[in-house]
Amino acid sequence: MADMVRVETVEQAKQNQEYVQALADLLFQLADDDFILAYRGSEWLGLAPHIEEDVAFSSMSQDMMGHAVMFYEMLEALGLGKADDIAQLREAKDFRNAILVERKNGAGDYNDNPHYDWAYAIVRSYVYGLHKQVRLEALLQSSYVPLAQVSRKMLTEHRYHLMHWQVWLNQLANSTPDARHKLEAAISLVWEDAGELSDLGPNAEQIVRYGLIAGEELLRQKWLNETKEIFKKAGLNWPGEPGAASERGRAGEHTVDLEQAVATLSEVYRIDPAASW
Amino acid sequence: MQTQMERSDLTENEKMEAFLARIDRGEKIEADDWMPDDYRNQLIKLISMHGISEIMGALPEKEWVPKAPTLRRKLAIMAKVQDEMGHGQLLLRVAEDLMAPLGKTREDLMDDLFTGKLKFHNVFHMEAPTWADAGVIGWLVDGAAIITQTMSLDSSYAPYARALHRICAEEKFHAQHGESIVLDLAEGTEGQRQMLQESITRWWPSLLMFFGPPENGNVTSNQAANMRYKIRTQTNEELRQAFLTKYVPRIFHLGFTLPDDTIHFDEANQKWVYQQPDWEAFKQIVKGNGPRSAHRLNLRETSYEESKWVRDAIMSFGRQAG
Ligand SMILES: [Fe+2]
Ligand SMILES: [Fe+2]
Repeated sequence: MADMVRVETVEQAKQNQEYVQALADLLFQLADDDFILAYRGSEWLGLAPHIEEDVAFSSMSQDMMGHAVMFYEMLEALGLGKADDIAQLREAKDFRNAILVERKNGAGDYNDNPHYDWAYAIVRSYVYGLHKQVRLEALLQSSYVPLAQVSRKMLTEHRYHLMHWQVWLNQLANSTPDARHKLEAAISLVWEDAGELSDLGPNAEQIVRYGLIAGEELLRQKWLNETKEIFKKAGLNWPGEPGAASERGRAGEHTVDLEQAVATLSEVYRIDPAASW
Repeated sequence: MQTQMERSDLTENEKMEAFLARIDRGEKIEADDWMPDDYRNQLIKLISMHGISEIMGALPEKEWVPKAPTLRRKLAIMAKVQDEMGHGQLLLRVAEDLMAPLGKTREDLMDDLFTGKLKFHNVFHMEAPTWADAGVIGWLVDGAAIITQTMSLDSSYAPYARALHRICAEEKFHAQHGESIVLDLAEGTEGQRQMLQESITRWWPSLLMFFGPPENGNVTSNQAANMRYKIRTQTNEELRQAFLTKYVPRIFHLGFTLPDDTIHFDEANQKWVYQQPDWEAFKQIVKGNGPRSAHRLNLRETSYEESKWVRDAIMSFGRQAG
């Protein structure tokens, strides 16, 4: 296909406005997914079920935040503004993350009566993580070489995250009836949103046509197959086809949860974005 | 040496003498060595308080983690607070080993925290209402912690000394992280400088309190015991003086003031003269009556109780796995 070129540098990408547009659309999805879920992870600090897990979970949230930073910096390199501005000065409607990652961790606020749901944290992290794995592997073939390169780096770290979540899933699925029950309830909740993960947004056709990433159906099938395998190994029932929220995050439709998240994560920066912090 | 001390024909007195001789020779005590109950109890008290302070100490900064102003700061403060939890973990393990012969566990420590029996550092009972507080905590609270912990790097109890070596290395990064936040504010806009000045003013009495009341010549029996056992080597006031020497000139150099018109270095006596904080208030704060004590304890207790099912699940899974 004529469109399946290899684009080695930013300068080369910039020669085709349509290509830049498709690339930016994809990068926003990648960056915002990791950024918002890492933010949710950071809200858990100090609240995990035990101290060892607090340390481990925080470390994974940092990796994820680090990945978001790499994607935002690629957007900066494309001329879309400073990475910090992109991350913190957009309104919720400009975010392209899937709804799954913006959902609150549970009732309450991270610093005011948090009643967080650890089962939800595990299932969301794992299901998202499995999808991210498929996505990163697909990105290794991306026509945009710098994107393929960062994806390779991320995959190395990401494998450790998946191992961690697998241990948790297996433990909760095969311990007490109460844990099993909470785990299944969390799976149902996650499943209501998870279908959106492989949505490539309104510009999906161009994104795929320019060879930036494999098509939605391919991503989705591969992710579902792997998730099915893992659920089976843990002795969990397969919840069927995943659904999607009524809002489409990939098209900039979001819940109030994201508005709250964006207001919080940008609170200090917005005091004076021109200042040095 | 060791076998001799364990011989049953030695009286308690002889054991004690042999133990103190080891201490005097600068030998290090390991977890399985014979030690007097008093030594064990002093260590449990000190190390569990240190460990739980690391964990409670994560909470004031936790308030600022999701709000950190730039991507770089977001990553840095997440890493910093994670380190503090890690310090807590490391220290609680040292304390757990000491408590094991008494049949006590981490569970007991948590209960002691919630009932107010186990105290944590005064600074972590205080409010941190602005981003500048995140900077001041890193710069000055971690700075103060480095001063007290450095004193114990050579502690006679080897597992504590080993943990502190790791912790101190990280604390230095924390102080740099805090200083970096502070410098951006100090060199920033009028609004940023004002935010920082307010934070320094707010934290000053707590920072003086951090080292504990001055001895005024009367070293407490606890302190004397800890010094005899070479668990610590300096008094509260000596530590506070070292802190003032290091930080007061830097605060003034950046153009900020302290809420104390009297503070100065007395050349003749080679000592800082300063206004004493309210030591009655200090007692109240560490008792759990500080401005944020209830809030932070509640945060920890709620999350601990609500995740009981998780810890139960892990235990049950562990039993099945054998
Ligand atoms: Fe620490
Ligand atoms: Fe620290």
